Amino acid sequence: MVAHLVRLKLVLLGNALKRSVWQILGLVFSLLYASTVGIALFAGLAYLSRRDIDMAATVVVFAGGLLVLAWWFLPLVAFGVDSTLDPQRFALFAIRRRDLLWGLGIAGLVGVPGLLTVLVTLGTLLVWRESPAAMLAALVCWVVAVATCVVGSRATTTALAPLRSSRRFREVTGVLVFLPLLVIAPLAAWASGEIDADRVTLHQVADVVSWLPFGAVWGVPAAVAAGDLGVAAAKLAIAVATLVVLVALWGWALDRMLTSPARRDGHGARPRGLGVFGFLPATPTWAVVARCLVYWVRDPRYVGSLAVVPLLPFLVHFIDPGTGIAMLALAPVTAFMLGWIISADVAYDHTAFWLHVVTGVSGRADRLGRVIAAGLVGVPVTAVFTVGAAWFTGRWDDLPAVVGASFGVLLTALGLSSVVSARFVYPVPKPGDGPFSTPQGSAVANLTIQTGGWLVLGLLVLPEIAVAAVATGNPALGWAACVTGLALGSAVLVVGVRLGGRVYDVRSAELMQQVIAIG
Amino acid sequence: MGDTLPHPTDKAFWHYVGLMTSASDHEPPAEPPAGLAPTTPPAVSIRGLYKHFGEKIAVAGISLDVPAGSFYGIVGPNGAGKTTMLSMATGLLRPDGGTVAINGLDLWTNLFEVKRTLGILPDGMATFDRLTGTQFVTYAGLLRGMDRATVTARTADLLAALDLRESADKLIVDYSAGMTKKVTLAAALIHAPRVLVLDEPFESVDPVSAAHIREILTEYVRTGGTVIVSSHVMDLVQRMCDHVAVVAGGQILAAGTVDDVRAGRSLEDRFVELVGRSHTAEGLAWLRTS
Repeated sequence: MVAHLVRLKLVLLGNALKRSVWQILGLVFSLLYASTVGIALFAGLAYLSRRDIDMAATVVVFAGGLLVLAWWFLPLVAFGVDSTLDPQRFALFAIRRRDLLWGLGIAGLVGVPGLLTVLVTLGTLLVWRESPAAMLAALVCWVVAVATCVVGSRATTTALAPLRSSRRFREVTGVLVFLPLLVIAPLAAWASGEIDADRVTLHQVADVVSWLPFGAVWGVPAAVAAGDLGVAAAKLAIAVATLVVLVALWGWALDRMLTSPARRDGHGARPRGLGVFGFLPATPTWAVVARCLVYWVRDPRYVGSLAVVPLLPFLVHFIDPGTGIAMLALAPVTAFMLGWIISADVAYDHTAFWLHVVTGVSGRADRLGRVIAAGLVGVPVTAVFTVGAAWFTGRWDDLPAVVGASFGVLLTALGLSSVVSARFVYPVPKPGDGPFSTPQGSAVANLTIQTGGWLVLGLLVLPEIAVAAVATGNPALGWAACVTGLALGSAVLVVGVRLGGRVYDVRSAELMQQVIAIG
Repeated sequence: MGDTLPHPTDKAFWHYVGLMTSASDHEPPAEPPAGLAPTTPPAVSIRGLYKHFGEKIAVAGISLDVPAGSFYGIVGPNGAGKTTMLSMATGLLRPDGGTVAINGLDLWTNLFEVKRTLGILPDGMATFDRLTGTQFVTYAGLLRGMDRATVTARTADLLAALDLRESADKLIVDYSAGMTKKVTLAAALIHAPRVLVLDEPFESVDPVSAAHIREILTEYVRTGGTVIVSSHVMDLVQRMCDHVAVVAGGQILAAGTVDDVRAGRSLEDRFVELVGRSHTAEGLAWLRTS
């Protein structure tokens, strides 16, 4: 069974590669990147092996702890859950749970990150070459560590999977997923302050980490090397206990997932009547606006993008060098993000887009409707962030410049997105999926279009940002920046909607085919 | 932009839908158009339609005339190219070759005008399922540029006629497959199209609703509309349709009136004969339980 699942994973990977050259290129690039990282890490490990045990232990515990945390939590926020082996899909097969756990666990290692993890963690054996006993301990810990990574990542994603279909998801997601980030940032700030002040040494922090569930496994070889067998045994016990708890959690989550196939949430407030369709004007354009607004509020994929927004000020606050300049950049950055979301609007519609095609809605109405809806969401947010940043930093003089930059960026991004989504369709999570899930093999197409789009967008907003940057600290120029930003942004928006509309009118059937093709 | 399209089906059909629900309209039903003139162009005229996806040829040069006012069935095995053919005939997918004319008007050069006269129920496509049933049907109407009063009245009529009144305020994501079909059908009918193209309209629809839909469609055809349905259910096509085309391997194997095509036998037997039975159940000896 285990072999079956691993082979299934390999076949899926192979089939994905067969589908397009981009997939192959993507794999080659990620392998190249991974081998660079791998070589660098091995060099680092070799260097560590020549240093004293304390230093080696500190670095290994820190890096290892981070690696484990990354496996546990990154899939939730950044890369999405690998949906190729979604446990749900095995619900109808008579597979024993034990086999499924083993199979999915080992299959989880197939892929570039898994390979890199296995090799680099095995490389930590090098560090302990002075002490055969520690090397032996490291070998045992290597198995435990890799298992902790994979099982942990499966456990968190499986346990949180039901959330993605729940409509209560939107209330929970922001806090649940980003809470650790919010805690870590101030914690790191505090720790770095303490370390600067020499009250706490890195070594002491590592010592604490090596007693925590995600760090214990890395502390065992160091303790053996130091001859502290009691400590080593205790840390190994923590590491193994962590693994056992994770396996239990995963097994429980898997059972729950396999035995409750209907993941629908019928409760929740029922909308009555026409909702927003009732009070917007009865034209095709405003119908599109109404529909998009419903999606901004009800579709977890849009809500997921919005859930990050309230957290941005906190994150920005921590990277601010103290001049408030990062805080002033908050609104333009947010505007960039919000304006860019609708570049995937047609892809988000998925095949439901047919309704737009068969009704023969004009490109202008389609484009404009989506832009107005995104604007109704983006403008208030940008306004609040603009004024909020000025208030927080007390730099009211720079408000006009920031207004110019923020709204200039928002309008420009909306304009460019209108063209991009009429021309390109790239795989995004399907309707009904959460923002956590990433469609299979989408990384490269996504990356190409996103990077290309961002580059163009960067060029388009460059004048607005440049003028605003020059104007900061100079109130007289600020108003000029404000006017420039709004004028340039509006120009790009008008051109974008017109051009996007024309592209849409000519290519709606081709767009439909693209949407079907990303299946 | 006008809310309705001036054509013969409109009043009588809406009167009918109204009768089924609220009897809100007391005008007498218009007489069905007496004998279509022989010069009437076909409702749908397909010539040399061709489409491939990568290596696979989905539709290999299909030509077909669907007479105006006919109830036309398209039957064929899975993967025969029915959905691709219907998608191209309705402007949803662009063909690699061939032409389509709706009521004598070329589809791809008069896309907007033609789409206003077409009502489409696609198969295997998502819907905007975060909308409620009412919102979805309203959305379809508004997208077509109809005015609010008409859209509101017709949405209520359609949802009632299709037994969806109870679920009108539920999100489509919480609908069953059959209910989703029905609400999509409502969206296809809202603008009173002259030609209805329905891909597998009865799939996962319960028998009572299916009978209901059949009545609506029969009445629609009686008042001058043209219906094209694809289906797997031969028996249904034989009883319901007056014309039928058998599609397999991206080609038309037979087309014409139902009686002509079935040539005295049941449509199902004739279909199996045309398409060819590829295998028998004899190989599955181990499946026998006794």
